[in-house]
Amino acid sequence: MNPIIEFQNYSFKYRSQQEPTLRDINLKIYPGEKVLIVGPSGSGKSTLASCLNGLVPFSYPGENSGTLTVGGKDPAKTGIFGMSKTVGTVLQDTDGQFIGMTVAEDVAFALENDCVPQDQMFDLVDQVAQVVDIKNLLHHVPTELSGGQKQRVSMAGVMVDDVDILLFDEPLANLDPATGKRAIDLIDRIQKEKKKTVVIIEHRLEDVLYRDVDRIIVVGEGRIVADETPDKLLSTNVLAEQGIREPLYITALKHAGCVIDEKSHPSHIESMDLQPYKESLKTWFENVALPEKKKETEAALEILNLDFSYVTGNPVLSGIHFRINRGEMLSIVGKNGAGKSTLSGLICGFNNPDRGQILLRGEDIGSKSIKERGEIIGLVMQNPNQMISKPMIFDEVALGLRVRGVPEEEVKERVFETLKICGLYPFRNWPVSALSFGQKKRVTIASILVMNPEVLILDEPTAGQDYHHYTEIMEFLKELNEKQGITILMITHDMHLMLEYTDRAIVIADGKLIADDTPARVLTDEATADRAYLKKTSLYDLAVRCGIEDASGLTERFIHYERQVRSRG
Amino acid sequence: MARLLTYAEKDTWIHRLSGVTKMIFFLLWSIVGMITYDTRVLVVMLLISLVVFKISKTEWKQVGTVFLFILFFLVFNLVVIFLFSPYEGEKIYGQRTDLFHLFGNYYVTKEQLFYELNIMLKYFTVIPVVLMFMVTTNPSEFAASLNRIGISYNVGYSIAIALRYVPDVQADFTKIRHAQEARGIEMSKKASLFNRLKSMAAIIFPLIFSSMDRIDVVSNAMELRGFGKNKKRTWYAGRPLKRNDYFVLIFVVVFCAAALIITFLDGSRFYNPFS
Repeated sequence: MNPIIEFQNYSFKYRSQQEPTLRDINLKIYPGEKVLIVGPSGSGKSTLASCLNGLVPFSYPGENSGTLTVGGKDPAKTGIFGMSKTVGTVLQDTDGQFIGMTVAEDVAFALENDCVPQDQMFDLVDQVAQVVDIKNLLHHVPTELSGGQKQRVSMAGVMVDDVDILLFDEPLANLDPATGKRAIDLIDRIQKEKKKTVVIIEHRLEDVLYRDVDRIIVVGEGRIVADETPDKLLSTNVLAEQGIREPLYITALKHAGCVIDEKSHPSHIESMDLQPYKESLKTWFENVALPEKKKETEAALEILNLDFSYVTGNPVLSGIHFRINRGEMLSIVGKNGAGKSTLSGLICGFNNPDRGQILLRGEDIGSKSIKERGEIIGLVMQNPNQMISKPMIFDEVALGLRVRGVPEEEVKERVFETLKICGLYPFRNWPVSALSFGQKKRVTIASILVMNPEVLILDEPTAGQDYHHYTEIMEFLKELNEKQGITILMITHDMHLMLEYTDRAIVIADGKLIADDTPARVLTDEATADRAYLKKTSLYDLAVRCGIEDASGLTERFIHYERQVRSRG
Repeated sequence: MARLLTYAEKDTWIHRLSGVTKMIFFLLWSIVGMITYDTRVLVVMLLISLVVFKISKTEWKQVGTVFLFILFFLVFNLVVIFLFSPYEGEKIYGQRTDLFHLFGNYYVTKEQLFYELNIMLKYFTVIPVVLMFMVTTNPSEFAASLNRIGISYNVGYSIAIALRYVPDVQADFTKIRHAQEARGIEMSKKASLFNRLKSMAAIIFPLIFSSMDRIDVVSNAMELRGFGKNKKRTWYAGRPLKRNDYFVLIFVVVFCAAALIITFLDGSRFYNPFS
């Protein structure tokens, strides 16, 4: 059989860059294969994908050497339009790629451009809608759908073209864990039923491995570092060396001193042969210490019986009641659209609750304006581009102080101090535009910190970040929490984040608070995890299958151990 | 949630009209409204506008803010006309009836009031039609029908996609405004108008940057799915012109012709009740 995708000694350098982004790529992918490409950001994995659909070199110009054939064609000669007949691309940002006013129009977009007559178009759209199960959504507005539905719509949009290759660029980036699981399932089904070749670019390895993949290709610094079956790859240390997160159960077994054997089929925890590792894991479990309980301190923020609705009779939040202690770092989790962001909006005063109170250090803040609350509670939005309004870093961080009429001398002093805390002092005279995404995020955090808030609320602080940047941002927040004593509240659907960095998780589902417990216990409780569209952690399965009854205990020990390893460097 | 000035799906015969019909209606209507100063014609047009507006089931919350904004300009316009040219009415109608003295050289005259009344009428005949066009026209269908009457689909699609992103940009705007307010930039009525305008910059910049991101993604997405490949394209949301469309077109052409004939019958754009 001839490969459908073949790279031969392929290198590529962007016009704007000094060094090539891809070097000496040799890779064959055969028809009907399902291949996962992983690598840290900046490794070149997205560039590799862009070579397939022609975005390189047409939208992102540069020079290449070596050869590349995709479906018998050379993308650099065929162009983006020509490649769109062979390769269907589902982009990372599902929100941004909707073009049509309604789902049906969006799905039909490629057909319209091909001058397919209207009545045929109606049939084709109906057929493909059936396949991805969005038939009842055809007349909805795409942006008003849930994350999972959006993704199906974008899949339908590329499948109407009957392409041979489906290319997914970080399909899980904006999905909650349970929806992500379903997306992987759908991709798997389509690949099998329609005999497509599937290429997935993703760094959430464990989530993709929920269904079989044929091969995993690891990209690092522009080169292919490994090209192995999942079982083989997981028995090596390549992933950890490249800064890619291994599945948690693999890491746990490694902590317990086990050497993973390819023959035990480590790619799925459900079917892995755990016999060789059981004893070492049990011994480890008995010997590792549990974290000490944190003492209850005074309350920083209390939410008392809060109700809220945008439209009367249609409650978004009801009976929300919890308390946050000073110096805590906790997460608010739940599926997309469960009311998490609404809750943070209520705390900041963007909306007023229908019923209930919000107390800050025991004082009701119901009558305070957004601005007044902003001095005590800082909100950092998900996308830094939505906050930055000054071209220079110094001015951006100084903004909050200047509008409050703080004397310029003091502004300077406080801004410099904050920049030092955030590791941005060397850049103090730089324009914001010269910074990376992660650094911009720091700037937005700095611009809030400068006002000395007591509580910091972050909306999805790590969304779309790879493991390296994720760790960088989170370690920084942890330091703020520990050294500056700032109470940190994070709204997230990243389970790793809640497990690794927070001591408590508040779970919201369908507008109600359904759990307020340690993350380890939330993620090992099937009922809660299901209702909140979370996924129970693979450590739970590991514990059950190794005969350890206290699954949340294992999880807690694992996290504690991880944190110690990390703080040791 | 009803969003400002965006298409809202409703089932009236006005919504079912083709976008092109509505656009031609709106263009001819505005042109006649701008040319004529004939009070009789303007009053009839105003009545028709209001009836059509009512039939289209447009709600206040869909257009209210914009309406108030235009109203502000109308008042501003009227005041400025009076300040710069208090005797325009006298020039037009050839006589002067002083009502009372205001200050200095400024007298309020009957003719000036009548002239400014006409200007106000002109605003009010056009405003409902413009607003209605915005909220009853499905952008994709509009793009399709523009293409049908021979306008390049690139133009049609640009308009459609701009209209389609209005709600997204509005949502971004609210989000950004809240975040900036929390940082202490007062945007509520507590701040003076000047300060509010100044702090708008704090919202506009991030809004532009996040919109740029959006444009980048969307243009890639469109290209990946073959937009611009052929000289022609077909339309999922396209609709042929129907009987009602022809009725409306015939009506508007006949009406506009009649309106212009009546206006210019006496040799001037103005209707003179004083002679």
